[in-house]
Amino acid sequence: MRDGDMNDAMSQTRQSRTLEAMQPRSAEVLGEARISMQEVNFFYGANQALKHIDLDLPDRQVTGMIGPSGCGKSTLLRVLNRMYDLYPGQRAEGRVMMDGVNILEPGVDLNQLRSRIGMVFQKPTPFPMTIYENIAFGVRLHERLSKSAMDERVEWSLTRAALWEEAKDRLGTSAMGLSGGQQQRLCIARTIAVRPEVILLDEPTSALDPISTAKIEELIDELKRDFTIAIVTHNMQQAARCADQVAFFYLGELVEVGSATQMFTAPRLRRTQEYITGRFG
Amino acid sequence: MSATTLPALGPARDARLAASLSRRRKWFDRVVKVLCTGATMIGLALLASILFTLIWRGFGALGLHVFTDITRPPGSHGGLLNAIVGSQVQTLIGTAIGTPVGLMVGTYLAEYARDSALGNAVRFVSDVLLSAPSILIGLFVYTILVAPFGGFSGIAGCVALAVIVVPIVVRTTEDMLRLIPISLREAAVALGAPKWRVIVFICYRAARDGIATGVLLAVARVAGETAPLLFTSLGNLNWSVSLTQPMASLPVTIYQYAGSAFEDWVDLAWAGALLITAGVLALNIVARVALRPRA
Repeated sequence: MRDGDMNDAMSQTRQSRTLEAMQPRSAEVLGEARISMQEVNFFYGANQALKHIDLDLPDRQVTGMIGPSGCGKSTLLRVLNRMYDLYPGQRAEGRVMMDGVNILEPGVDLNQLRSRIGMVFQKPTPFPMTIYENIAFGVRLHERLSKSAMDERVEWSLTRAALWEEAKDRLGTSAMGLSGGQQQRLCIARTIAVRPEVILLDEPTSALDPISTAKIEELIDELKRDFTIAIVTHNMQQAARCADQVAFFYLGELVEVGSATQMFTAPRLRRTQEYITGRFG
Repeated sequence: MSATTLPALGPARDARLAASLSRRRKWFDRVVKVLCTGATMIGLALLASILFTLIWRGFGALGLHVFTDITRPPGSHGGLLNAIVGSQVQTLIGTAIGTPVGLMVGTYLAEYARDSALGNAVRFVSDVLLSAPSILIGLFVYTILVAPFGGFSGIAGCVALAVIVVPIVVRTTEDMLRLIPISLREAAVALGAPKWRVIVFICYRAARDGIATGVLLAVARVAGETAPLLFTSLGNLNWSVSLTQPMASLPVTIYQYAGSAFEDWVDLAWAGALLITAGVLALNIVARVALRPRA
């Protein structure tokens, strides 16, 4: 059944690509929350890195997280997929609600959670194996697929990540031989191949050249039809280009959140405006 | 001139001072160079002389009979077949026992016990074992596998060699796993991979070449070990591949033959020494060339 969904999604995407391009971005209409954070606090040992965060990630919208280095935006992403659980001494308080469940609760199945909330990192991290295996690795963790179904999944995810044309003739070669931009698109393909509901992008283009960056930004626009996306970025233009909702963090606090249009044209707070216009940060 | 004012003329401006400093530096430079080159020459000469003697004496004694005939009484032109096969069997089984144990201990240290007290203790013990005199390992295996079971045996030799393999593999496994960037592990975890999958499918794969190099170097090391076999597999002048009987090996045969008064035995010892050296050299070359880190 999910395979059918996937094909529908693919054809819909193809049809709506041209339509969407003509419509203005409707950033004011932020949908229902896919993830809702309430009173989230985070600690590195005794150091509090996030303070009382209340933020919703609207369903199938892009939330851009901006703010100076060390303001807690990457930390917040690592709370959402419980990556901090790897490190003793790091802990989160509060509630992160997804489908009525607080995912910060101790009983949550982390591997399943991470299959629903995927993450792409700042630096491309291809696994030391073939391009095909890079994608199959994640899929095999959560599904049993036949060889042909796996082939289809690999093609689907590489197509969605705009890498299929470049990679289709070298699926059996090592992923380490791809360029940096291709590697990052492979990492995105690997993440969506698991078919998560939410994708977290932690400065996904900061290690890439402008052309690769443009490709990834196009991709984000394309992916939000099916996925809820949160992207951390230091690049104001990128936030303006990609995000529907923008959240500005400073010193571990969520200073202001609003639609991208509002945040970039009429921020409510002076500090937001100063950061956006480059006067500090 | 008081100490607070700068000298009027620095060495660069005082031609005579500059010339004298320059002469001294050049002279000192030459002395150091000569000393270092001389030391290198002495070391190289020793090595070359060992290798030359080995090849000279070894090749002279080498012949087909060395590989086809077993050890025989002096004067009857025996070979080394039982010793060669015995060495291969013990090295192979020793490595086969020691490698998985070392791999798992190294994985434990790198992945599960990075900074724990138990991990530090295990790491310390393993490092001590790494530099322990190998005759002690022979004695240890003698007391647990030879004395209680009433006889020397091939399997005891295998176990002694395995004990030597373990700390080498532990060290390289831990080092290689620690080199893997945290970002690679996090990327796998972020896909929903449980820890064991990350270790087996990502970390082992990334560290494969390094770990394989460690195993090959361990093989090269135990292939030439004599002391741990003296009290365990003992040596056997007859043909035997039974693991419950004493078993011949090249190093022990060399040890017995080289000190004997019979010319053909001494010749065979040289031939055996050449074989071990060639084997170890081949393993080292394989480890260095075939498993060289790829750029």
